[in-house]
Amino acid sequence: MKYAYFPGCSLSGTAREYDRSTRAVARALGLDLEEIPDWSCCGATSAHATDKLLSLALPARSLARADRMGLDVVAPCAACFNRLRTTVHAVRSDARVADEIREVLGEEYGARSQVYALPDVIVNRYGLDNIAPRLKKSLGGMKVACYYGCLLVRPSAITAFDDPEDPQTLDRLVRALGGEPVVWPAKTECCGASLSITRTRVVWQLAAQILTAAQKAGAEAIVVACPFCQSNLDMRQVQAQKWSGRRWNIPVYYFTQLLGVALGLSPGELGLESHFVDPLGVLRQKALV
Amino acid sequence: MKRIGVFLCHCGSNIAGTVDIDRLQEAVRKMPGVVYVEQNKYTCSEPGQEQIRKGIKEHRLERVVVAACSPRMHENTFRRTVESAGLNPYLLEIANVREHCSWVHRDREEATAKAIDLVRRAVAKVVFNRPLQKARIPVEKRALVIGGGIAGIQAALDIADAGHEVWLVEKEPSIGGRMAQLDKTFPTLDCSLCILTPKMVDVAQHPNIRLLTYSLVENVSGYVGNFQVTIRKRARSVDEAKCTGCGTCWAKCPHKVPSEFDLGLGQRKVIYVPFPQAVPNKPVIDREHCVYFKTGKCRVCERFCPTGAIDFTQEDELITERFGAIVVATGFDLFDHSRYGEYGAGRDPDIISGLHFERLVNASGPTEGKIRRPSDGKVPRSVVFVTCVGSRDDHKGVSYCSRVCCMYTAKHAILLSEKVPGCRSYVFYMDMRTPGKGYEEFYKRSQEMGTRYVRGRVARIFREGDHLVVQGEDTLLGRKVVVEADMVVLATGITPRRDAGELARTLGISYDQYAFFNEAHPKLRPVETNTAGIYLAGACQGPKDIPDAVAQASGAAAKVTAMFSKDTLTADPLIATVNEAICSGCMWCKPICPYRAIDEKIITERVRGRTVSRRVATVNAGLCQGCGACTVACRDGAMNLLGFSNEQVLAEVEALCR
Repeated sequence: MKYAYFPGCSLSGTAREYDRSTRAVARALGLDLEEIPDWSCCGATSAHATDKLLSLALPARSLARADRMGLDVVAPCAACFNRLRTTVHAVRSDARVADEIREVLGEEYGARSQVYALPDVIVNRYGLDNIAPRLKKSLGGMKVACYYGCLLVRPSAITAFDDPEDPQTLDRLVRALGGEPVVWPAKTECCGASLSITRTRVVWQLAAQILTAAQKAGAEAIVVACPFCQSNLDMRQVQAQKWSGRRWNIPVYYFTQLLGVALGLSPGELGLESHFVDPLGVLRQKALV
Repeated sequence: MKRIGVFLCHCGSNIAGTVDIDRLQEAVRKMPGVVYVEQNKYTCSEPGQEQIRKGIKEHRLERVVVAACSPRMHENTFRRTVESAGLNPYLLEIANVREHCSWVHRDREEATAKAIDLVRRAVAKVVFNRPLQKARIPVEKRALVIGGGIAGIQAALDIADAGHEVWLVEKEPSIGGRMAQLDKTFPTLDCSLCILTPKMVDVAQHPNIRLLTYSLVENVSGYVGNFQVTIRKRARSVDEAKCTGCGTCWAKCPHKVPSEFDLGLGQRKVIYVPFPQAVPNKPVIDREHCVYFKTGKCRVCERFCPTGAIDFTQEDELITERFGAIVVATGFDLFDHSRYGEYGAGRDPDIISGLHFERLVNASGPTEGKIRRPSDGKVPRSVVFVTCVGSRDDHKGVSYCSRVCCMYTAKHAILLSEKVPGCRSYVFYMDMRTPGKGYEEFYKRSQEMGTRYVRGRVARIFREGDHLVVQGEDTLLGRKVVVEADMVVLATGITPRRDAGELARTLGISYDQYAFFNEAHPKLRPVETNTAGIYLAGACQGPKDIPDAVAQASGAAAKVTAMFSKDTLTADPLIATVNEAICSGCMWCKPICPYRAIDEKIITERVRGRTVSRRVATVNAGLCQGCGACTVACRDGAMNLLGFSNEQVLAEVEALCR
């Protein structure tokens, strides 16, 4: 199974551990990821707020390269996935937009390659049945809140792989790894995304709500599939604690990191050292590291 | 050449405002065969029709063309007119110069030119019209009503009261349908079963009604006046003749399963009647769950039955009977709210549907009428009602309004405040829809009794410990609201029966994108289907409350009795015919016919002194609807549609292409 890999900017910056754990897990599973040569920024989150054509043309540049590779694309970052998939949808459904984009790009682009989210590829396309025989460790009943945020499953007409209100893809994965996904109400709430930089207080507030909901549901950890979600819940957790007067101390993992642990990979291979809230405590409790 | 008369209608200014009638008249005068042309302000008026009669007599007309509105409007009127003047009614043609011309064009020049073409087409065709005779078909004066809910019950009673035999077929062990599951009815708060059971008893005792419960319609063939229907009477495992309904068997039966009638909130025995007032009051054995049928042991019911009515060896019975008319009253299902992930995806026991609530309030329900939430039996102190669950939701549900949910939610709020004084109740709504006698007043009453109405959608319902949290928006205040509730009632919408499409195909009737059965005309023929002799009643045609369902049922019954008032029906002669001399018997026409009207037959003829038999197609005049599909499929040109014969259609095409 082979995909064109679009890491996106976050995965070469703040979310380097998501990139590292994705590549490590893919290697362990025998999932072939070929990085799109000379890919460029997808434009999130500023392009689609400023110019519609720009927001479609930026992903189209990288997607045109994937077309030439003849491979479908996988994007680990939820924002990249959303922008890339929106572009494919726009080009496939509107010939006028497609013409405009080709003109701006100055090259042929036919949206032949489809774009998939990384959880979709691993859980649904690679499949839990194929993962099961490769697992070396069980999460030992770890209570996990699966957090999807806004961009992974919405708008559902475009993302089209899970229920936009009650998504289950990550929950199914966690259960397959021997964890216990908790039922909780905030799995598709917004984390504040890039307001983290411009209006940090809003992010404290939103993160506090999400973390409190996870805590009330008895979660020992949160898993995510988006660099913004991760940094807003992890990096901002201490500030949000101070601001709200609550205490959570809940580690926030990329789903690839927990999958990697269950596949027997080491914390170093999975980039677990670069978190703010200690990610190893819970794992040690379950004798996973 | 035939002597043709053409009558041009102004239709006030409807036609004359756009088409130059004088120029049209000049052009028509020159058309071959036309010996008389006349214009009228309103040809359909009595004087206008008199002009046609006069024209036929004075000018010895043999064919008539009327250039006016659509034949759907007045073709029958003008057929009767020419018939009263002594001509065969099928020697008339209509040129539609209104809907097809004046109404859809502005340019007078072009519209006039098109009107001339349209009349030329009709004149060219009418030359080839032949006198046709209406066939008469006998009527079997026995009606079949499918579905024993309130609509089916009403239709059956009305037809039976008019003196005709009715068979009422119900798939459940008892009649009563959805109405039997309701506690009270809006807006009068009548006890639902108290007003329903007298009608159920009437059905059971009516000398003209034969009641078949636990039965399914399996096959339907034939046509209006002469349907042949096969009904599967499922094995009850109880001899209805011997059973007295004493109740010993279901009291003694040691095994319980969730009750369908109580929507799984309560339990029933494996030998059971669905509810205490069931008609007939004779139990059935649920063979799927019966221990005797699974393991060969038990037979407790048989041992205790005082009349020896239990019969484990009973088998399904197939009954075939002839019917003149069919009333379809199969009712509705409820939208399944497990499709709403944000409302708990159907997994939380305290998030229930409106019909569940009916069972919780009902004295013969699982809680004996005490409102207790399903999870722990606690009496709720706060209940949230959410309307439009499934309805008016293009994404997860259906686009239409289910019509009854606003009202039944108001009713639930009233019942709640009566049964649990001091319980807080909230209704989240998009719009309150209360069109009906006494409905708005009823809604006001629920407000006055303390129910808080919040205009806005609920975004999410989730459990937090012992209670549920309802997050929504009050769009009047423009604010997010959060309500803590012990129980949430979702007003789930009305959907067609899950097997509605299958039944429609068995009956040969059409249905809409949701699988509600189609009426023949949305305004003027609301109880008929497009298949002659099959009528609709109740929610199988679209969401309806009880009064509307009853009214439609009586309407359907009136149609049936009107049909049964005659001994024969006249059949439209515009049907397909086979020229047996050139039919090669390939039978390509047979699978193409949507009405199953074509069959094969063997004819014997003498060829060069020898007798030979060969296969040809034959058309059933009762079934053929004159669609013409077979005439196109026929490779030999042996199939012809009377009134639209190949030569008539070709003459039209030629006239238009000139």
